[in-house]
Amino acid sequence: MKKSSTSACETCSQFNPDGLKKLGIKTTGFDFVLALAGNPNTGKSTVFNALTGLRQHTGNWPGKTVTRAEGAFEYNQQKFKLIDLPGTYSLLSTSEDEEVARNFILFGKPSVTVIVVDASRLERNLNLVLQILEITNKAVLCLNLIDEAARNNIQINTRILAKDLGIPVVATNARIQEGIPELIQTISDLANDKITCKPRRINNIPDDIEKAVQKLSKALEKEYPTITNSRWIALRLLEGDTQIIESLESGEIVA
Amino acid sequence: MSNKKLDSIIALAKDLRWKIGDDYHDSLIESIYADAAEIVKDTITKDKEKSKFRLDAKIDKIVTSKIWGFPIMLLVLGVVLWLTIIGANYPSSLLAELLLNTVHPILKNFGTSIGFPWWLNGFLFDGVYLAIAWVIAVMLPPMAIFFPLFTLLEDFGYLPRVAFNMDTLFKKSGAHGKQALTMSMGFGCNAAGVVATRIIDSPRERLIAIITNNFSLCNGRWPTQILLATIFIGAVVPDSYSSLASLSAVIGIAVLGIFFMFFFSWALSSTVLKGEVSTFHLELPPYRPPVFWKTIYTSLIDRTLIVLWRAIVFAAPAGAVIWLISNSYIGNESIAGWTVHSLDGFGFLLGLNGIILLAYIVAIPANEIVIPTILMLTVMLTGISGGAGAGVMFELDSVTGTADILRAGGWTLLTAVNVMLFSLLHNPCSTTIYTIYKETNSVKWTIVASILPLLAGFIVTFLVAQVWRIFV
Repeated sequence: MKKSSTSACETCSQFNPDGLKKLGIKTTGFDFVLALAGNPNTGKSTVFNALTGLRQHTGNWPGKTVTRAEGAFEYNQQKFKLIDLPGTYSLLSTSEDEEVARNFILFGKPSVTVIVVDASRLERNLNLVLQILEITNKAVLCLNLIDEAARNNIQINTRILAKDLGIPVVATNARIQEGIPELIQTISDLANDKITCKPRRINNIPDDIEKAVQKLSKALEKEYPTITNSRWIALRLLEGDTQIIESLESGEIVA
Repeated sequence: MSNKKLDSIIALAKDLRWKIGDDYHDSLIESIYADAAEIVKDTITKDKEKSKFRLDAKIDKIVTSKIWGFPIMLLVLGVVLWLTIIGANYPSSLLAELLLNTVHPILKNFGTSIGFPWWLNGFLFDGVYLAIAWVIAVMLPPMAIFFPLFTLLEDFGYLPRVAFNMDTLFKKSGAHGKQALTMSMGFGCNAAGVVATRIIDSPRERLIAIITNNFSLCNGRWPTQILLATIFIGAVVPDSYSSLASLSAVIGIAVLGIFFMFFFSWALSSTVLKGEVSTFHLELPPYRPPVFWKTIYTSLIDRTLIVLWRAIVFAAPAGAVIWLISNSYIGNESIAGWTVHSLDGFGFLLGLNGIILLAYIVAIPANEIVIPTILMLTVMLTGISGGAGAGVMFELDSVTGTADILRAGGWTLLTAVNVMLFSLLHNPCSTTIYTIYKETNSVKWTIVASILPLLAGFIVTFLVAQVWRIFV
């Protein structure tokens, strides 16, 4: 099975084995930091393993990764450090594993966030995707488990999806490395600003809230000109998120 | 950062929050869902009739049903254990033969030939080397079978179903349903199970899960259970039923552990850790055919070898300690002998003996070395011939040989049953204790988690011994 997929790859324009070096845990001296985020049990650790050549433990149950794992790969002479985050359904909750994910996306300022979703459960997964897109401008959607979706007769139009979300979409089946070369190429293009994203902002927000958010985020931008995700901070402040207030206090979020 | 800026922002946020009202959170979530639905409408086409989710649903209906759920769980546990017991036997004795009977004499001769003094020779090869060799011979084969089987189940998607089945029981005992997952991890290794409790949100329920994780019989304790059940329980019934009887005894101990886990979860949650049971969503992931060879390979490399390495790291110094206390004398008696005699009285009350208690003290770093320590001390203190000398850990090749030594040391069926119980109910190993401290950051809870199972062990073995002595 593996052989045949390799030979199909070799004819593809994305095939660039000479440019790729899996570095395992050698994470020093990197050029870019990548975050791997997504719902529990969507195969983040499998994608992580496929990209870094490491063997993080994988298992078919939600919540298997509880700490963040780090790995690295080199592509076209640039080193990418990759952080495998615990799975989370949303960024609005407070359990310890989800906080690890949330804090890293907010404060770790990854160059690119790779959002892994289960293709056969896309609608539910989009909940988190939309929240992440409120925070970051550079993200790629890794539409994983595409084989499972196909087996369940679910077809996804990746072009429309990419257009709707405003970020590139790559379909993968990470267990057999399918789509991984394309994913690496896309990550590299994003990191080097060859692709620009126009991430979708949540647009069904009721008018009065939307106005409040805009007012607050304008005030934030005025007081903290260096801030990049004022809209998300405004959303959180309206909720009374004490952790966000603390990080504004410490300057963590602004720097 | 000037706090004036921040204060004005917070004031504005408060003001706005007051204006938009209480349903802010809900309407935000609703708008996210509305967006998601909108996107999905344009991008997904589904053929609902042909959906395979139906097959998953059918399997789930059986494995999570009220009638079949628990029997299937026991059956799966039974099959995994049976394969482990049966499969580990042969490679275990092969490794023992190689490492203990072939390599060990060669090493000792080598030591003598290059002029090592007797104490260095004994310390290195009878202490350190034998401890390591024994751990490898006893632990490697069952782990190399148990871990891959467990990983296959994990990859297939069975664990969340176990959690689903047990959720009601956990709720009734005041604990979090996800504790079923951390409990299952504990069957491999308690330290791993304690780390896995991070998936539990509420600190109260997480503490319960941490404190009670030790009641999951871990990998270091399975071999002890299996050996004693084979020697003593299997011997009480006719030969043709003996493997069935020992298998049932081991499963019985594991199930008893689960019972204690529920009992202490309930006891903790109705006394010192009172609180509401939190609700949670548990996703039943689709069943996925595991990538078989890859799973076998990675679970061997990543789990088996890592756990084995840990055991070796702890066994080596323990072997050294055993050798030292058996060969250092105060007056006429070795330190080991002196300790054993002073523990004997207390041991008798528990239906155990001083040797067993000393072995459990020495084996705090690694439960795997309990049985060899017991055998070594028994041989030394009862003066039976057949052992390899003072402070030498050894494992006899045949199960009957082991049984003879233990019987000569005064073991009865009661001793065996109580050692099996005590092996289930005693303090966690030092790695787990350290992990508990790291995860809870509290000396108090670390002590509670370490002492509680030990007290349970004392009480249970004491009661069993008294009742046994009255009736048998």
